[in-house]
Amino acid sequence: MRAVDAIMECLKAEGVEHVFGIPGGANLPTYDALYDAGIRHIQCRHEQGAGHAAEGYAKASGKVGVALATSGPGATNLITAIADAMMDSVPTVFITGQVRTELIGTDGFQEADITGITMPVVKHSILIQDPRDIPTAIHEAFHIARTGRPGPVLVDVPQDLSRADIPYEPVDRVHLPGYQPTTEGNAKQIRLAAKALANARRPVIYAGGGVINAEAARELVEFATSDRFPVTCTLMGLGGFPAPHEHWLGMLGMHGTRSANYAMDEADLICAVGARFDDRITGKLSEFAPRAKFIHIDIDPAEISKNIPAHIPIVGDAKNILTKLTREYRALEADSSRLDEWWSRIRNWQDKHPLRYDDSEDSEIKPQYMVQAMYEATGGDAIITSDVGQHQMWAAQWYHFREPRRWINSGGLGTMGFGLPSALGAKAAMPDRDVVCLAGDGSLIMTCQELATCVTENIPVKVFIMNNGYLGMVRQWQELFWDKRYSSVEMGASPDWVKLADAFGALGMRVTHKGELLDAMKTALAEDGPVVVDVHVSREENCYPMIPAGQAARDMVG
Amino acid sequence: MGEPGTKEVLNLEDLEAAGGIHTGRTHILSILVENKPGVLARVAGLFSRRGFNIATLAVGPTDDTTISRITLTVDGATHPIDQVTKQLHKLVNVIKIRDLEPEESVARELALFKVSADPETRGQIMQFTDIFRGKVVDVSKRSVTVEITGTDDKIEAFERMIRPFGLIEMVRTGEVAVSRGRSAT
Repeated sequence: MRAVDAIMECLKAEGVEHVFGIPGGANLPTYDALYDAGIRHIQCRHEQGAGHAAEGYAKASGKVGVALATSGPGATNLITAIADAMMDSVPTVFITGQVRTELIGTDGFQEADITGITMPVVKHSILIQDPRDIPTAIHEAFHIARTGRPGPVLVDVPQDLSRADIPYEPVDRVHLPGYQPTTEGNAKQIRLAAKALANARRPVIYAGGGVINAEAARELVEFATSDRFPVTCTLMGLGGFPAPHEHWLGMLGMHGTRSANYAMDEADLICAVGARFDDRITGKLSEFAPRAKFIHIDIDPAEISKNIPAHIPIVGDAKNILTKLTREYRALEADSSRLDEWWSRIRNWQDKHPLRYDDSEDSEIKPQYMVQAMYEATGGDAIITSDVGQHQMWAAQWYHFREPRRWINSGGLGTMGFGLPSALGAKAAMPDRDVVCLAGDGSLIMTCQELATCVTENIPVKVFIMNNGYLGMVRQWQELFWDKRYSSVEMGASPDWVKLADAFGALGMRVTHKGELLDAMKTALAEDGPVVVDVHVSREENCYPMIPAGQAARDMVG
Repeated sequence: MGEPGTKEVLNLEDLEAAGGIHTGRTHILSILVENKPGVLARVAGLFSRRGFNIATLAVGPTDDTTISRITLTVDGATHPIDQVTKQLHKLVNVIKIRDLEPEESVARELALFKVSADPETRGQIMQFTDIFRGKVVDVSKRSVTVEITGTDDKIEAFERMIRPFGLIEMVRTGEVAVSRGRSAT
């Protein structure tokens, strides 16, 4: 069998139904095998788009996303997506073509040392040196990508080896002596954690993307309601706990709610679940949750005590551990009334500091209103992807995510241009669900060529542009921290988005008055094909509240 | 907290005592890795991008040709040693890491010293070499090259003795180490 046909067999054995990519000289054999492999290939317009599409696919479905690229520039174009997948722990496999083995190291045409270049941003990578290793390598890649703390794995296949004939036998297990993720969680530590919780007067559960990766949303609710534990989520964790829940404090961190951040500030015990104490959460480390002891539950031991020393570390799978922790906690029959005072304090903050904005202007569209309208038009049930910037934070604040895998964005790397390609990936994975990309005008232009992919491949995503003519978040920082010296943040000659949509064969719409917004969104959602809705919002609205970078929760502004 | 029943909770002081944060001493990490291309680059790259500094590094095959051993030393005063080892453990090709306690292990380093020498000083240099149980491995009219093995203290002591003669060049391998006693490192 040709090695590339073996690759297809392996992909099918791994349950792969969709791959995203672009062909080129070095991966032509792969594309030849793909021609009749029975796997749907979605041909993107840029490898970065293919990579983000694979991420969107993975985040929406929980399956491993796969992207293909040729050697050299094809492979280097993937790097942003690979780095993004690494930062957000997205299970992905990237298969790149490499120049023929005799050309490796000679600066051959379209040669790039992609395993070397991507080494700092992959969970693992494999350069194929013997074609007979290919089936094992592909299965190892999937195994590593989806287990433990998920992440991106790169497999680089030299062109000549991909054409070689190899004996193919299905691989039923992989043997990786150095890779044995801990999943169970230490029983003694779990018992300690339960006891600490039973004694806490001001506990907070701080949940991150790990809850979603572990499919532990239901277990989180069980745990939170085993007593009256308040819950806050990170940007990556949104939907991991239902926003309408009475225990919900809102998102925490730089643009989190005051109640969530104040609760962290005054907590005596913080139980972090699948969250990594990112600087956008902690602000100034030395003043972060100064009164708290920390329980830290994470599948990645290296995250524990990396930024904040944990008093009770528990390494393992969040789903497993939350189940056990809930059982242990219930057995202690703690007195729930000890939390009365804490809750009255929290309710007081919630009453005094709800998320709010000035909506007195009649016709002007406030960005926050735009997100509320999205929530209404979609019934709060769509998959929302976003780029990075103000619109992302407004979506996180105002689209009240009720379920996991509905909120797809670039949290760790903060990649502008992530929204549209990840939306098309999500839609490919979940064709029956509304998929809306909330984009900024500054970021959409970075990957807008993927509209062509949506049209060609008939992937009907809806792109809602929050158009303020600025790199909005940068402008906000310049306004607040750089004396309003607006250096290079005006978008100037942005395209006419309606015409741009039209040029790609999608439907374009423009909304400039508040009264028309909801109907326009509903019309867009009802359309069969991809739609771009260019929404002109008030230009200099700021995203509040905000903890200025490197400061403490107490220093929140807005 | 501080209420009854929470005493077993590990406090920060305990964590520090357990080597959780900065230990202040040099650590010898003995790392078994799969003998595959690029593994050393992964290990070294991890150190540089996380801002950890490698003091010495020695690599070679073990008795099993599919497995190599990397011995590296890091300064636990400037690096949180548990972070170093946990991050290393995340590399798929890393099989096992031992943080060797100085009292419970044997560590040796090889160094070559090329020293200016003339007929008058040559004897003296060879005498020092004898005292340090070194070996003269090359002699020319104006130089002597000496091989010394031992702990880093010993090598540094020899360097202090020999430098006044005119040190032309020196090279050190970095430490290699095994645990004492019967059990495998």
